[in-house]
Amino acid sequence: MKIRTFFYTIEQGILGIFKNKWFAFVTVATISACLFVFGIFYAIAFNVWNIVQNAEQNVSITVFFDEGITDERIDEIGDMIGRRSEVARYELVTAEEAWEKFSVQLGEYADGFTENPLENCANYQIYLGDVSKQSELVNYLEGVDGVRKINKSDFTADTLSGINMVLIYVFIGIILILFAVSIFLISNTVTMGISVRKEEITIMKYVGATDFFVRAPFVFEGMILGLIGAAIPMGLLYYLYEIVTDLITEKFAFLSFLTFMPAFEIFTYLIPFSLVLGVGIGFVGSFFTVRKHLKV
Amino acid sequence: MAEKKRRRRDSAMDEIADYAIYLDDVSKTFSDGVPALSNINLKVKQGEFVFIVGVSGAGKSTLIKLLLRELKADSGTIFVNGFNLMTIKHGRIPKFRRTLGVVFQDFRLLKDRNVYENVAFAQRIAQKSEREIRTNVPSMLSLVGLAGKYKAKPKQLAGGEQQRVAIARALVNQPKLLLADEPTGNLDLYNTQEIMRLLETINENGTTVVVVTHNEKLVNEMKKRVVTIRQGMIVSDAENGGYFDED
Repeated sequence: MKIRTFFYTIEQGILGIFKNKWFAFVTVATISACLFVFGIFYAIAFNVWNIVQNAEQNVSITVFFDEGITDERIDEIGDMIGRRSEVARYELVTAEEAWEKFSVQLGEYADGFTENPLENCANYQIYLGDVSKQSELVNYLEGVDGVRKINKSDFTADTLSGINMVLIYVFIGIILILFAVSIFLISNTVTMGISVRKEEITIMKYVGATDFFVRAPFVFEGMILGLIGAAIPMGLLYYLYEIVTDLITEKFAFLSFLTFMPAFEIFTYLIPFSLVLGVGIGFVGSFFTVRKHLKV
Repeated sequence: MAEKKRRRRDSAMDEIADYAIYLDDVSKTFSDGVPALSNINLKVKQGEFVFIVGVSGAGKSTLIKLLLRELKADSGTIFVNGFNLMTIKHGRIPKFRRTLGVVFQDFRLLKDRNVYENVAFAQRIAQKSEREIRTNVPSMLSLVGLAGKYKAKPKQLAGGEQQRVAIARALVNQPKLLLADEPTGNLDLYNTQEIMRLLETINENGTTVVVVTHNEKLVNEMKKRVVTIRQGMIVSDAENGGYFDED
């Protein structure tokens, strides 16, 4: 492409926006509306997923040892646990620590014990990165020499794991539906806008314009509109996200169990993704719509 | 044997090169099975002025579309300005069209651009530099008598003036062939005569001009070659002939 053709494309693309203000407005509004809804859902989905992830990380299994086990063997078992990929973290609770914790719960009744009744209750508390792998880890640990007993809650692990899977499927499903609806709405808007300019395209073709020469300004225009259409809802959402999360945290104390992800964590991926999506939709929409009119 | 074949082909190509338009046994049938053109033979030499006449539905527009390569013929041979339109690749069509000038009944100007920009547009497509555009466009507007109206938008011009802009746009890239499809169809008598005079001048300057029309009076006055099409077939081809139609 010659440099003057490049600048001509840019110039005509920008002029096209101003010459067809109404079309530009409708296109930007449609893209903005779609990406706004998409952004809201994305933010909600990630927060819910984050809450479930946090809940999962607090699910632990407890491993007790055989009576008379040596400290060296306990350390070896610890190393074996630490090497497992499904383990997020683990900690050793000695018999003394276990009694200390329990005696707090017993209060004055604890004074009646002269010896540590939890002498054989030293254990490892293991926290999983993914609760769905709990049974896999338990099976492994049951075969480890020196392990007497494993305490676990299958119900909690299965429930959280199930919720996690359902959420993933629901999120993917809704995101795909929103994406498809957005593409449909936006391509319809772009189609209408470009169809109005069909005559202009036909004239260009009769005068000897190449497909590229005709298409490039329209595609550039579509990409600019897509970029603006994505930038507006992202700016708005960023601003609203902080307001809404602050409001919920401050005004609704009963929802204190909700821990919102910080805005930058949500928008670090959402903003570039939406901008690329907006530009991509503008590109694809205008590219294919113009193509229909190029057969002259 | 191969040498003989090559010589025969070269001699055929030399013959074709003499013609701006070379149609040999060309037929076109629409998708619904209705024949639009049947066995058309038409040869227009470089520098000729030819009228193609016929009533509505005779096949004139289809012929123009074939010459512009907007449509492809079903059979036969078509060469325009040396381009074989039966075998031309899609990517080469713009290059071919830049060797033509086209004028339509409804002018087909870009409404949002002024007179200067409408003419300059054809130069931009031909990748001319801004310096060339600044020289060529005013000179072409002078030729069609619109030098003083270069800033006007199409809707601010009369029909005859709009057609002049279209002619300027068609000529600015110095095409070898000018195709005019009913160029005076929307004009009054005065403007019709002016446009025809302009086309004659252009022809005298060496450009081949083909005018499609059903304006009998105009054709009879001009005393040029007249090709008459009826029901998709050429029924008459006469030098200095008048409008030929038995209907």
